[in-house]
Amino acid sequence: MTDWSGYIGLILQGALVTLELTLMGSVLAVIMAFVAGLGRVSRFMAVRALATTYIEFFRGTSIFVQLFWVYFVLPFAGVTLSPLQAGVLALGLNVGAYGAEVVRGAVKAIGREQREACVALNLTRGQAMRHVILPQALPLMLPTFGNNAIELLKGTAVVSLISLTDMTFQAQVVRAQTGSTLIPFAVILVLYFLMALAISTGMRWLERRVTRGLDGVRT
Amino acid sequence: MAAPIIRIDNITKRYGPLTVLDGLSMEVLPGEKLALIGPSGSGKTTILRILMTLETISGGHIQVDGDQLYHMPKNGSLAPADERHLHRMREKIGMVFQHFNLFPHKCVLDNVTLAPMLTKGVPRAAAEKRAMELLDMVGLADKAKNMPAQLSGGQKQRVAIARALALSPKIMLFDEVTSALDPELVEEVLNVMRKLAAETDMTMLLVTHEMGFAHDFADRVLFFDRGKIVEEGKPDDIFTHPKQERTQSFLRKIIAAGHRV
Repeated sequence: MTDWSGYIGLILQGALVTLELTLMGSVLAVIMAFVAGLGRVSRFMAVRALATTYIEFFRGTSIFVQLFWVYFVLPFAGVTLSPLQAGVLALGLNVGAYGAEVVRGAVKAIGREQREACVALNLTRGQAMRHVILPQALPLMLPTFGNNAIELLKGTAVVSLISLTDMTFQAQVVRAQTGSTLIPFAVILVLYFLMALAISTGMRWLERRVTRGLDGVRT
Repeated sequence: MAAPIIRIDNITKRYGPLTVLDGLSMEVLPGEKLALIGPSGSGKTTILRILMTLETISGGHIQVDGDQLYHMPKNGSLAPADERHLHRMREKIGMVFQHFNLFPHKCVLDNVTLAPMLTKGVPRAAAEKRAMELLDMVGLADKAKNMPAQLSGGQKQRVAIARALALSPKIMLFDEVTSALDPELVEEVLNVMRKLAAETDMTMLLVTHEMGFAHDFADRVLFFDRGKIVEEGKPDDIFTHPKQERTQSFLRKIIAAGHRV
C-alpha cells in the first residue's frame, strides 16, 4: 500500500507553481493585450504594423515552439531566463496576442456616436479613449478575457517540458514513482478544474462590478 | 453690420462618386439663429457635421470666428489644419445630436462636467457648480445623480444640451434634435431651446423638420436641396410666400405629413 500523503503534497507544490505561472502570465497577457490591441487601432501605420506582426506571429505559431525558443534559443542571444521566467514570458506573450484582438474588437464595438460626442466636446483622442471608450469597452472584453485566462491556465502544462515543476510535471513524477496513473491524474484533473472554476467565478464577479451603474443610480 | 462669424466659401463635399455639397457658400452673423430645412440628403446635416469637424471637406474654405477651420497659415500660405489647430477651433463650436450621444457609463452630472474638466482644466467643484446651473436651466437639477438609462428621451436631449453648453461655445449646432423623440417629449426640448435663444447671444444653427419651431425660432431660414441653397429669407417669407417651386412643393409635402407651420 502506497503512502499517498507525500505524493499528494508533491502535486500540491506543483499546483502552487501552476498558480504562480497563471497569475504572472495573465498579468503579462493583459498588459500585452492592451498594448497591442490599442496599437492595432493607432492612427500611426508603423504602430499598427508592429502590433499586427506581434499578434499574427504569436497566434500563428505553437506555444510549445515559442516556449522552446524563449528557454533554449534566447540564451544564444545572451538572454538566459529561469524556467519560470521563460514560462511566464511565453504564456503571457502567446495569450496576450489573443487578448489584443479582444481589446481591438471591444474598442471598435463602441460606436461612432460616442466618438463623435467626444469630438464635439473637444476631447483629445487619448482622453476619449481613456474616459469614454475604454470604460464602455471593458465590460465587453471580460467574458473573452475569462476564456483566455482559462486557456492560459491549461497552457501552463507545457512548461513541464522545460523541467519546470508545475502540477503536470509533478503528476508525471508521482506516476513514475508509484506506477499509478489514475490517482495523480485524477488529482490534477480536479485541481485544474477547480482553478478554472475560480477564474470563471472571479470573472463573473468582475463583470457584475464593471457593469453596475450602467442602468442604476451612481453610488 | 458685424463681420460674419461663419463664412463658408465655395465648399464641396464628396463621398466617392456622390457629391453631397456642390460649391456651397453662405455666411452666418454673430448671434444669428439660422434654420436649415430641406429634404433628407439635401446636405443640411452635412454642413453641421463639417462645422463640427466630424467630416472633412473636399474643396473650398471655411472661416469660423476669424480663423480658417480646415486650414492654417504656414510659411505665408495655407496648409491643411493639424489636430492641434482643429482642437483650438472646436472650442468655439458645440453640437447637439439627434441621438443625444450621452455617455451611458457616467451619471448626468459627470456627463456635463467631463469635458470642462478635461479640456479646460476646470476644477471639479467649479465644474459641478456650473453643471448644476445648466441642469437647473434645462429643468433637470434633480436628475444630476441619475444614469442616462434612467431618463426619457426628452430628458436625455436636455442633458445633451446642458453638456454642450458647459463648454460655453460661441456657436451651437443642433442636428435634428427632436427627430428621435416621442411626439409628446418634443415640446420640452423645444422649450429649452426657446429659452436659450432668448437668454443668450450664441449663434445657433438648427437642422430641423419642425417647421413651426423653425418659424418661431429662426432669424433666417435656408432651404436646401441637392447640396445647394435653393431659397433663403425671413421665416415669414419662406413659410408663407416661398418663391421657388421646389420650396413650395417641399412645404406642401411636409404640411400634408402633419407638421405644423
